[in-house]
Amino acid sequence: MIFHSILFRSAEDRAPDVSPVAPDYFADLNLDQIVDAITTGKEGYDLKPFFHAPLRDIDAIAYRHEVMQALEDSRLLGIIKTFANSMQAMRRHLVQSDKLRYREQKELWFLDAVEIYCDAVNRLTRDLSGEIFSSRGLAAFRDYAAGYAVSEHFTSLTGQTKDLLADVASIEYCVLVDSPHLRVHKFAGEPDYTADVEATFERFKQREVEGHTFKFSESPDMNHIEAKVLELVGLLYPGTFIALTNFYAANKEYRDPGIMAFDREIQFYVAYLEHIAAFKHAGLLFCYPRVTGTSKEIYSFQGFDLALARKLLGERAVPVCNDFHIKDRERIIVVSGPNQGGKTTFARTFGQLHYLASLGCPVPGKEAQLFLFDALFTHFEKEESIDTLRGKLQDDLVRVHRILERATPDSIVIMNEIFTSTTLQDAILLSKQIATQIMDLDLLCVWVTFLDELASLSAQTVSMVSAVDPGRAAERTYKVVRRPADGLSYAMSIAEKHRLTYGMIKERVGR
Amino acid sequence: MKAHLLYRDRDADIERPLPWNEAALVQDLSLNTLFTAMARGDPFVFDVSRKVVLQGFGHGREAILYRQDVLRDCLAHPTVVRRLYTVAVGAMEAQKKHHLGFLARSPDSVLRYSVELMETFSGMLRALRQITDTFASAFGSDGWTTFFAMLKRELSDEYLASVQRHLKQLKFRRGVLFSAALGKGAKGDRYIIRQPPERRQNWLTRLLTQQPPSFGYTLHPRDDAGARALSELRDQGISRVADAVGQSAEHMRSFFIMLRTELAFYVGCVNLHDELTRKGYPAGFPSPAPADQRRLSFRGLYDICLALSIGHPVVGNDANADGKELLIVTGANQGGKSTFLRSAGLAQLMTQCGMFVAADSFCSSVCDGIFTHYKREEDTGMKSGKLDEELSRMSDIIDHITPHPMILFNESFSATNEREGSEIARQILSALLDARARIICVTHLYELARGLHERNMDNALFLRAERQEGGARTFRLLEGEPLRTSFGEDLYDSIFRSVHAPPVDGTVAAHGPD
Repeated sequence: MIFHSILFRSAEDRAPDVSPVAPDYFADLNLDQIVDAITTGKEGYDLKPFFHAPLRDIDAIAYRHEVMQALEDSRLLGIIKTFANSMQAMRRHLVQSDKLRYREQKELWFLDAVEIYCDAVNRLTRDLSGEIFSSRGLAAFRDYAAGYAVSEHFTSLTGQTKDLLADVASIEYCVLVDSPHLRVHKFAGEPDYTADVEATFERFKQREVEGHTFKFSESPDMNHIEAKVLELVGLLYPGTFIALTNFYAANKEYRDPGIMAFDREIQFYVAYLEHIAAFKHAGLLFCYPRVTGTSKEIYSFQGFDLALARKLLGERAVPVCNDFHIKDRERIIVVSGPNQGGKTTFARTFGQLHYLASLGCPVPGKEAQLFLFDALFTHFEKEESIDTLRGKLQDDLVRVHRILERATPDSIVIMNEIFTSTTLQDAILLSKQIATQIMDLDLLCVWVTFLDELASLSAQTVSMVSAVDPGRAAERTYKVVRRPADGLSYAMSIAEKHRLTYGMIKERVGR
Repeated sequence: MKAHLLYRDRDADIERPLPWNEAALVQDLSLNTLFTAMARGDPFVFDVSRKVVLQGFGHGREAILYRQDVLRDCLAHPTVVRRLYTVAVGAMEAQKKHHLGFLARSPDSVLRYSVELMETFSGMLRALRQITDTFASAFGSDGWTTFFAMLKRELSDEYLASVQRHLKQLKFRRGVLFSAALGKGAKGDRYIIRQPPERRQNWLTRLLTQQPPSFGYTLHPRDDAGARALSELRDQGISRVADAVGQSAEHMRSFFIMLRTELAFYVGCVNLHDELTRKGYPAGFPSPAPADQRRLSFRGLYDICLALSIGHPVVGNDANADGKELLIVTGANQGGKSTFLRSAGLAQLMTQCGMFVAADSFCSSVCDGIFTHYKREEDTGMKSGKLDEELSRMSDIIDHITPHPMILFNESFSATNEREGSEIARQILSALLDARARIICVTHLYELARGLHERNMDNALFLRAERQEGGARTFRLLEGEPLRTSFGEDLYDSIFRSVHAPPVDGTVAAHGPD
C-alpha cells in the first residue's frame, strides 16, 4: 500500500471543503467545547479542520480505528510523542535561527535544528522498524519512513550535519580579559585554577554550603563583545566557519513533506487519546463503535456527555451515564420529563456520540452501534434575536423547514424544546405535522419536548423520560430511561418538593 | 578541621531538635537561672549552653567522661579558653563589617567580598596558631591535645603562606584568563578559569618559545555598552572560581562558627564554676553509671538555682538510693521537697552533658530522657478541666517515653480527691516501674504513699521532709515512712501567728511558693 496520509486512506477521503469553520450544530451539541479542549496546547498543529470534517465512508473510519487502537499501546504512543517533541524542538530552533542577527548564530541554530530532525527521523524509523501493525496506515507509514531514512539525500544530510557539529564542538579557546583589552587564542592546556583554590580551602569545610548561582542573560542573542569574540574565534578556526556558511545556504529545504504531514496528522489521534485518558482514569468508559451505514438499529450503553464530563472532572465528579437502543421501525426518541432532569444532556450525548463516531474516534460508553450520517441537524431553542422581526414561532418554523428541506433519509435530526412560545394546542398540532414529515423521511431523530402526546405517536417513536428516584422524589437522578411518558410522576415530585401533596398539606394545615 | 571538644569523634550539632518537653524542663527545673549564670551576659553562651544542656540525652558514660576531662582542663586554664573564645568571637564580629549586597550578586562582587573576608579570617588563624604555640603543652585532656595538634598541623607556616598567595592572586591584577567552548547558538559556554601565565618571562624565553597565534581587540574609550559587556564576559569567566572562593570563605566562616560554638559551652561552665566558687559552694564532677544499673547516691546535693539566687548557704541532702527505682518523697509543706526534686533533676541533667554538679558527690546511672510532671498552678484552657489537663500531659509523656527514662513527679494528680488521685497515680506509677523507669515522686497523696509503702518493695525508697519537735523545718530529707498529715497547720500557724515576727528561720520566703 502506498502511503497517502495517516488520517486518510486516499485523497478521496478528504472532505472537499476541509475548513477551519465549525459546522452549525457544534455549539448546540457543545462539540465546540470538546474540540477546544482536545486541541488545547496543540494549536501549532492546526488540528481543528480535521475535527470539523466527518468521514463519509465506513472503511475510512475503520482506517482511523486501526491507527487509534494501535496508539492505545502506551509504548507506541511514547514513540510518537518522542518524535513529536523533537519536531517541536526543531521548529523552535528554526524560529530562533530566523530571529538572530549575527550570521554565525543563525547558522549554528539552523545546524542544531537539522541535527534534531535527522536524529528524530532516525529514531522514529528505528523504533517503528520492528513493529507489526494491523493498522494499514501505520504499516504504510513505517515503510515510507524506512525508505526515506536510507535515501541518499537523507543519509548525506545526516553525515554532513554530524561532521560539522563535531568540528564545532572541538573548538576550545581562551580569552584573556584585561579591560579595555581582550585577547583570544586556542586553548593550550592551561590548568584549571578553580580546582587549586578549592583544594587550598577545603580543610575549613564543616558541611556542604550553598553555592552561588549567578544569573547571566539567557537570551540567545549576543552583544557586540560576544560577537567580537566569536569573530576572533572564527579567525582561529576559519575552515569550520566557512563550511557552516555553505551548509546553511545549501540545505534550506531539508524537511521531507511526507514526514512533516505525518508529524501533524498523527497528533489528531494523540490529542484525542490524551483528552479521554483523564476520563478513563476517573472510571468512565470508551469504546470503538460499530458504525453502520444501512441498518438504523443503533444503541449505546453507558454513554455520557463528553463536554459535561470535562466540566465535572474539575469538580472531581463524573456525569451520569445513559443508555439508548432503538431498532426495527423505531426512529424517533421522544424525551420528556422534569426539567433539569438531564433531557438536554441526553440529546447532546446522542449527537456527540454520532459525531465522534464519524471522525473515527472511540466514543463515550461501554458499547455502541451508531449510524453513519450524511448530515447532522440540530434545532435548539435560541435566545430571541431582536434584529429579526419574525416572531419566535415563525423563526422556529423557518428553521425546522430549512432542516427538513436539506435532510435525506441518512441524516440525523436533534430537536430541543421547540414551539414553546405558542399555545399548547398549536404546539401539539405543529409538532405532529413535523413528526409526520420526519417519519416520512425515515430520519433518525431525538426530540426533547414537554408534549407527552408526541411520545406515543406511532410505532416509530420511542418514549424516554428523565427519571425520578421513587424513594426520593424531589431529587434528580439525571437518568433518562425508556418508559411511557406520564406527566404525573414529575408533577408530583415537584409538589413534594414544595410539600404540597395531599398528605403533606393535610398535615401542615391539620395543626 | 574539627574542634571536637564536645564529642571525641563528631561535630556538635546544636541545631538538632531539643527534647519535646524542653519548655516543661526549663520551667520545672528553673533552667533559665542556670543558663543565665553560665552566660554571664553573653547571649551566645546562653543559647549554646541551653542547647548543649538540653541535648544531653543519648550519649553514654564514655562521652560524659570525655567532656569532664576537657572541662577539667578549662577550669585549670580559664584564661586560655577565654582567649580562644575571644578570637572566634572576633572573627564573627569582623565578618559583620563586610557586606555583600543582596541585590547585585555578581561573580565579581562575590569574589571581592570573599577574598576580603578570608583576608580578615587569616589574621584570626594566625592568632589561633600563636595561642597554640604558647599554651598547648599545658593541656592534658584528650580533647584539648587533639585540638591543639590539629591547629598545629592544619595551620602550618607554609599553609598560611599559600593562603596569602592565593588571596593575592585572586585579585587578578593582570587580567583574567579563562577557556570556553561554543555552546548553544555559538554563545560562549563551559567557562573555566585558567592558571594565569607565569609572572614575567624574560625577553629571551619569550623569543624562543613559540607563542600561539592570538587576536586582540581593544574597546573604544567611549563604548560604554561595550565596557559593560566586557565586564559581563569577565564575570562569566570567573563565575566558577567566584563560587568556589565564596564557598571557601563560607567554609572558613563555618569553621569559626563551629569553634565559637564548642568553646561557648565550656566558657559557660567556667563562668558557672567561678560563680559557685566565689559563693563558697562545692562543685564536684559526678560519676556516671551505666544506664542499666540502678545507681543514685549523693552527698551534699543542693539546688544550684536556689544557691545562685540567695545569699546564704542552702541545705544539702544525702541519700543512697542505689538499686532503687522509685523514690517517694513525702512530708511537711515547705519542707524542701520541691527543692530536693529540682536539685536531683538538675544534677542528673548536668551529669548527662558532662558538667560538674552541685554536690559534694553524686553518682547516678545515665538516662536517655528526663520527664517532669508537675502540678500546674493554673488551668491552661477553659475547655479542659484540671485533672483532664494533667492526664493529658501524662499521656504526652507516655507518647514520648524512652527506654531509660527518669521521671519526676511533683504533686501530680492532686486535682481530684485523694482516693481517686491515688488510684490513678498508683496505676501510672506501677506501669512505669514495669517499664523500668526511674521515678522520683513528690506527693502528699497519703493514700498513695502508704499503699506503696505497705507493698514493701525492694526497689522503692521513702524520704520524708524532716520536722523537728515544735514544728521547725530543717529542709533536710531523711528516710522515713509517710505520715498522715503534711503539717499544713504548722504552716498556717507560722504564718498567722507570726505576723509581726520573721517566719520560722528566715528562709521560707526565699523558697518561693512550694
